[in-house]
Amino acid sequence: MDGSVQLTNDARRQIDDLLAEYAHAIDDDRLEEWADFFTDECSYRMINRENHEKGRVIGIMDCSSKGMLRDRILALREANVYEPHTYRHILSATRITGYSGDVYSVETSFLVIRTMQEGDMSVFCTGKYVDEIVLDGDSPKFRKRLVICDSNRIDTLIVIPI
Amino acid sequence: MATDIKDLVKWPDDGVSSIPYQIYTDPDVYDEEQRRIFRGPVWSFVGMENEIAKPGDYQTTYIGDTPVIVLRDLEGDIQVIVNRCAHRGNLVCIAKEGHAEELTCVYHNWRYDLQGNLKSVAFGKGVGKQGGMPEDFDRTQHGMQRLKCEIYAGLVFATFSDEVAPLTEWLGDEMVENIDRVVGRGMVLLGTYSQYMPNNWKLYMENVRDSYHASILHMFQATFRINRLSMKGGIKMSDGGWHHISYSIAETDQEEAEYDAKKLRAVKDGYTLADPTLVKGWREFDCGTTLAIQSTYPNFVVQQISNSLALRLCLPKGPGECELLWWVFGAPDDTEEQRDIRIKQSNMIGPGGVISMEDGVVGGWIQRGTRRDLGKSSVVLMGGRGIEPSGEGRATEVSIRGFWQGYRDCMGV
Repeated sequence: MDGSVQLTNDARRQIDDLLAEYAHAIDDDRLEEWADFFTDECSYRMINRENHEKGRVIGIMDCSSKGMLRDRILALREANVYEPHTYRHILSATRITGYSGDVYSVETSFLVIRTMQEGDMSVFCTGKYVDEIVLDGDSPKFRKRLVICDSNRIDTLIVIPI
Repeated sequence: MATDIKDLVKWPDDGVSSIPYQIYTDPDVYDEEQRRIFRGPVWSFVGMENEIAKPGDYQTTYIGDTPVIVLRDLEGDIQVIVNRCAHRGNLVCIAKEGHAEELTCVYHNWRYDLQGNLKSVAFGKGVGKQGGMPEDFDRTQHGMQRLKCEIYAGLVFATFSDEVAPLTEWLGDEMVENIDRVVGRGMVLLGTYSQYMPNNWKLYMENVRDSYHASILHMFQATFRINRLSMKGGIKMSDGGWHHISYSIAETDQEEAEYDAKKLRAVKDGYTLADPTLVKGWREFDCGTTLAIQSTYPNFVVQQISNSLALRLCLPKGPGECELLWWVFGAPDDTEEQRDIRIKQSNMIGPGGVISMEDGVVGGWIQRGTRRDLGKSSVVLMGGRGIEPSGEGRATEVSIRGFWQGYRDCMGV
């Protein structure tokens, strides 16, 4: 933790809970809840590490509104064609990198194992979340979630968000 | 000695409208493709010139599955050199990109200039008069293999062939015209990524040329009732069918302007986008072209989907796998708003593209579906048997047949 960030136990617990609930919602296929983890004004971007470090702006997904988050999930349910699969997210401990007003900047590493319907399992993606989390009352939410993938490669396709 | 290719592949009698499953799977066919296609009479895309802007800048990539270095030499010229030391065959450049004043093999310190000429070998005169290279060792005979290269509109192409026509002649006027249109203003790289697919490279290239599947496999637009207003379109192909463009042109100037929330009508049992700005674009090209997918033989793609511009290169990685490299770009004079539109539209393309993600998965399904019946063939009869584009309309597989014409020409099958 950066020395300047003083965190109450309650704030820490709320941040940890949000990160855990988000991952479980995706892994449990409760994808319709995905957008509700975000504030009304929000962004969700997934980009690979190389592009991010070079300051390039286009990545794998770029949702700049809550509506775009909902559209992603509706498309996944109703339009897109893919082989059924699930994720299992494993998260690291969270590093608090900043605090201003009600907004906490935090970073968490992730590992996502993908299991295909016939049983094939693979390390689908690793990387880190760089988040801005708003603690407002008792329901913390993401204002920004940046997913930085370690690898430039995506195997076959990505339809379920990370 | 060369394999007799006709013993290896029994091509069905039906020209280019019946494709033997064997060629998606057979390792011997794969090896012949490397020799006859990727080292044959084709120009392979190897990178963007402005990514190696300064003398000494280099990138590493592949032609087929042969590793190559693309660099700018100290005179400022682009060189494409097989990434292999003439001594023991070690990769000379390991990094994906970098900067070097010379090429040095880390294994035994053989040093080459940026044209691939061997300058010195470590301990060439031995150590303490012991060892060293023989007297008759001639450095000029042991350079790295340099390939012929040409640059057009900032795209670098290279070839192993001495026979292939000059690049623009090989592409033909219509192909060059589309490259000029999409790429000619200059490219500002906005992002790169790769999509690794569990299928033979040719299955992806068939998909790229397949205008028949677009509105059937990709259900995003239909599901959300995103009605494209009446558009004309069609297929253009180079002489002999090797290269293709599948395109759509808006009928009116209003087409893109009207393409907003008001027009995204939901009909019964349909869905609407919560945020229709996803599909908002601007009329970027005076000709009104809203979509143009161009492929040059064998494995390079220039994409314009509305305002989403990209290059794609499908690299073979053995008979059953391939890697699709993407370069997503904008134009030098883009406004901030235009750049934001390109970013938004990038949600429709690539491995996570709501419209195009399926292109990454069908190839693998065909690979699994066909591998036990190598004597059987696929059917490519939509729109006839030939390789002549027939007027307007995209309910045709003619450009897939063009790909197979190129294949048969190169492979001698």
